[in-house]
Amino acid sequence: MNTADQMLPEVFSRWFAQRGWQARPHQLAMLAHGLAGESALLISPTGGGKTLAGFLASLVELQQAHKTQGIHTLYVSPLKALAVDIARNLEAPIAEMGLAISVETRTGDTPHDRRQRQRRKPPDILITTPEQVSLLVADPEAGKLLAHVRCVILDELHALVPSKRGALLSLALTRIRAHAPAARLVGLSATVADEDALRAWLAPAGAAAVALVKGSAGAQPDIRILQSEERVPWAGHSARYAVPEIYAALKQAGLAIIFVNTRSQAERLFQDLWEANEDHLAIALHHGSLDIGQRRKVEAAMAAGRLRAVVATSTLDLGIDWGTVDLVIQVGAPKGSSRLLQRIGRANHRLDEPSRALLVPSNRFEVLECEAAALAAAENAQDTDYPAIMKLDVLAQHILGRAVAGPFFADDLYAEVTSAFTYRRLTRELFDQALDYVATGGYALKSYERYARLKRMSDGRWRLAHPRIGQQYRLNVGTIVESPMLKVRLASVKSRASRRVLTGGRVLGELEEYFLSQLAHGDTFLFSGEVLRFEGLDEFGALVTRAAGRDPMVPSYQGGRFPLSTYLAARVRAMLADPGQWQHLPAQVRDWLSVQKWKSVVPGASQMLVETFPRASKHYLVCYPFEGRLAQQTLGMLLTRRLERRGARPLGFVASEYALVIWTVADLSSLIARGRLSLAELFDEDMLGDDLEAWLSESALMKRTFRDAALIAGLIERRHPGKEKTGRQVTVNTDLIYDALRSHQPDHILLRAAWDDAASGLIDIHRLGELLRRIKGQIVHRALDQVSPLAVPVLLEIGRESIYGEAHDALLAEAADDLIDEAMRLV
Amino acid sequence: MPFSPKPPTTSSTRPCGLSRQHRITLGGLSLIPDLSGALIVPEFAALLVADLHLETGAAFARRGVHVPPYDSRASLALLEAVIATHRPRRLIFLGDTFHDGKGAARMDGADRARLKALTDGHDTIWITGNHDPEAPQGLSGSGVDSMALGPVTLRHIPSARLSQGFEIAGHLHPGATVVQRNVAVKRKCFIADQRRLIMPAFGSYTGALSVSSRAFKGLFEEETCQVWLTGTTMHAFPRSRVS
Repeated sequence: MNTADQMLPEVFSRWFAQRGWQARPHQLAMLAHGLAGESALLISPTGGGKTLAGFLASLVELQQAHKTQGIHTLYVSPLKALAVDIARNLEAPIAEMGLAISVETRTGDTPHDRRQRQRRKPPDILITTPEQVSLLVADPEAGKLLAHVRCVILDELHALVPSKRGALLSLALTRIRAHAPAARLVGLSATVADEDALRAWLAPAGAAAVALVKGSAGAQPDIRILQSEERVPWAGHSARYAVPEIYAALKQAGLAIIFVNTRSQAERLFQDLWEANEDHLAIALHHGSLDIGQRRKVEAAMAAGRLRAVVATSTLDLGIDWGTVDLVIQVGAPKGSSRLLQRIGRANHRLDEPSRALLVPSNRFEVLECEAAALAAAENAQDTDYPAIMKLDVLAQHILGRAVAGPFFADDLYAEVTSAFTYRRLTRELFDQALDYVATGGYALKSYERYARLKRMSDGRWRLAHPRIGQQYRLNVGTIVESPMLKVRLASVKSRASRRVLTGGRVLGELEEYFLSQLAHGDTFLFSGEVLRFEGLDEFGALVTRAAGRDPMVPSYQGGRFPLSTYLAARVRAMLADPGQWQHLPAQVRDWLSVQKWKSVVPGASQMLVETFPRASKHYLVCYPFEGRLAQQTLGMLLTRRLERRGARPLGFVASEYALVIWTVADLSSLIARGRLSLAELFDEDMLGDDLEAWLSESALMKRTFRDAALIAGLIERRHPGKEKTGRQVTVNTDLIYDALRSHQPDHILLRAAWDDAASGLIDIHRLGELLRRIKGQIVHRALDQVSPLAVPVLLEIGRESIYGEAHDALLAEAADDLIDEAMRLV
Repeated sequence: MPFSPKPPTTSSTRPCGLSRQHRITLGGLSLIPDLSGALIVPEFAALLVADLHLETGAAFARRGVHVPPYDSRASLALLEAVIATHRPRRLIFLGDTFHDGKGAARMDGADRARLKALTDGHDTIWITGNHDPEAPQGLSGSGVDSMALGPVTLRHIPSARLSQGFEIAGHLHPGATVVQRNVAVKRKCFIADQRRLIMPAFGSYTGALSVSSRAFKGLFEEETCQVWLTGTTMHAFPRSRVS
């Protein structure tokens, strides 16, 4: 018997024994670290008794006679729905062991009176979300509330740290440390590529990384790729060809989750499966736009074993067990090895049995991606995902929260903030800028001194200028910014005096405002598993009716698209370059690549192939960076600018996850042959200089990023459902603010914050920069007479994708010309 | 090595300038919409601007929302540019020139001097609006509720029933969206039929209200109603083509 085992009090060992269990080694290791007051990171696959491992030390400490003094353990979960389930799972052993330990939850949904009671009489264990932790530390009573905290458990840490939520949480943790220096941190995480980054994240900057405990790895997952009898499509994301085979697979399973990447794919697949559903299997749909009550019903039905299959997006990626899922089907590209492993982990939470997964590629490139992902998953290889660092908008929010808690000295706060791993490199100068921003907006023009949010006291401390600002802070806390949504309601139609009168009825869910704004009356689209007809907008949102027919006119709305991970992209390139690996591929895909080899060339792993060819009076350039749509869209935007300057007269471009196509008026093959156009120069890194600046200054992507930063930093207020004041003078459009700042104060801290985000987010400059460095001297060019097999998929995307990102005036001119054509037509 | 790009430093102002092919005629009076959202009336050498909402930033700041204090100077810079291009004799503000009644008094000294230079140099008329019910103090020009320009009446709020005559108004901040190839392009716009014209808001923080919204209901005759979208080039569309 080891020492850790001896730490387990008798009531615990008896409880384990009664259930026929034995404490696992990683649970005991976590217990030992906990009782020694040491922070630790536990890495373990789902289902390994991870939750109990995190709590065990707290339970042991709490079962020893204690006066209820305050919160002993804070448990932070990224999902609010999870908090309730965790509490329930914890209450069972507490009751069974007869321990006097109180457990409560606190989320955004917790009623006000219960929160008040929690302040007066805190529970021993509080289960909550990152946003609530920020609110707790901003409470003027925080010192009292948090003084007795001994342990903070952070669940799904791997999912939190790469995001702004993680950055905000890391700052809140510095406040908890200040109030409760003895508190230890417990990180719970799925397998990650870089364990050391998480260990460092958990420790104060400068201190040694926290201890690492690893759970036993589960059984190897059993991953198959669908070998379809049907023809795998060249392009697109519809897996319709495979629906009979998917249906056959789920018929043999008890409960299957069918994961897809976007909400529109989920809608489409759900409809297709429903039509194939001859056996009337209970199949449900679950995605982020559906009404929350509807989603909870689906989850409950899963748990109760009433369902056979659920078509879902990432909404089911995280979380506890919803019943005994025995098959996971991934339809479409997995996008990353870690994501795939996470999803596969949803099947079978018993560690000793393998999870079963079936991958269904929806086009030929995705066959390659699925193959690479399956191999990576079999090796348990992870994508690298580093903690987000130094988000300035998040810092601004934290500074305001600090002031809400009470007056502070700037020197103290700077020292505290830089003790967070995330902000360890923050300079004093930037910190002061952020503080100035919070106080008066940080403008060169000092006209807001009299409207300051923070004021300097005579002793030098900063305090809140008005209690109302604390109220504003509480309403705007958090870093999750959703695009503006509108409710979608099913309308009933009545005929009154031969006019159609519509009355709004049941809420079906919410959709992005930008999607709805581009619908015309009578357009049909897929939502909530039905084809709906758009009837118009009223003051509450969109009104729709059920439409006849099954083919929606408006193809799709993009919700939840992930880029292909860098790691997986490299594996796909390597697989492509090595014909020895093609033997695993289906025959039709092998043939496709062989013909490519014969007609053009299959590039080496470090090379980038560029093909130029004429087609139907236009000239095409196709390149294959395999760096994901976002980075390649940026590349397309910059290349067209350059080609324009060199007289190649580009007409448009389209980027897929793997390739980029640009079409031009000029004959590119001939320009290259005559030395008038150099591909090395065209793809030179210097495009990230002036060209990028010029494009970005007008870019809608940049404006969208700025809006998010402005909301998080509290420059503008969030819209609150029900409390919105409609009317045009009440809110200021962030696009207009962006323009004003850019012309008058281009070095403003929020522009810098937005730029940092865009560089790694929507325009993915970091990845583009890496690509351009990687292909230096590695470009292989083929001038062809016609389109190559590899180029077909991206050429097929041309009709489906909207052109040329942001040439809005060109679009308006085109719309106006269409009208002229129509007017001039003689028949 | 991580790539660290520099934030962009370019600056821009909204474009202004005529587009010669666009004319709007109201009661025989020829009007030229400018890209900036101003309206030129050559026959009277007049330049009209509506809804500048100057000092919007300061109005927000008072409530603790610190939007950049650069809106007034941006609007004034644009106004200076339009005036320099068209060299009008008359300058007519169509109301809601200031975001609130105390705006003129609170304005930063430099901005105020710029505005004063403009109003001193022209015959200035302040049509009063719901946000600024009186003409600003200490600036030249006369304040009126409404005025006639030839056959056309100028007022801030469009009249509910235009039983006779012609009208140019502001107040509603019209904007229109054109959807082409699944991309929605939204712009501030002029909207007019044969009797009435409503001008876009000129102010740099002033957004746009869709011409499909309830506020526009019944103001225009559907068959002859058109919109002119502002931006970098002007585009005209029948009202039925936009939303």
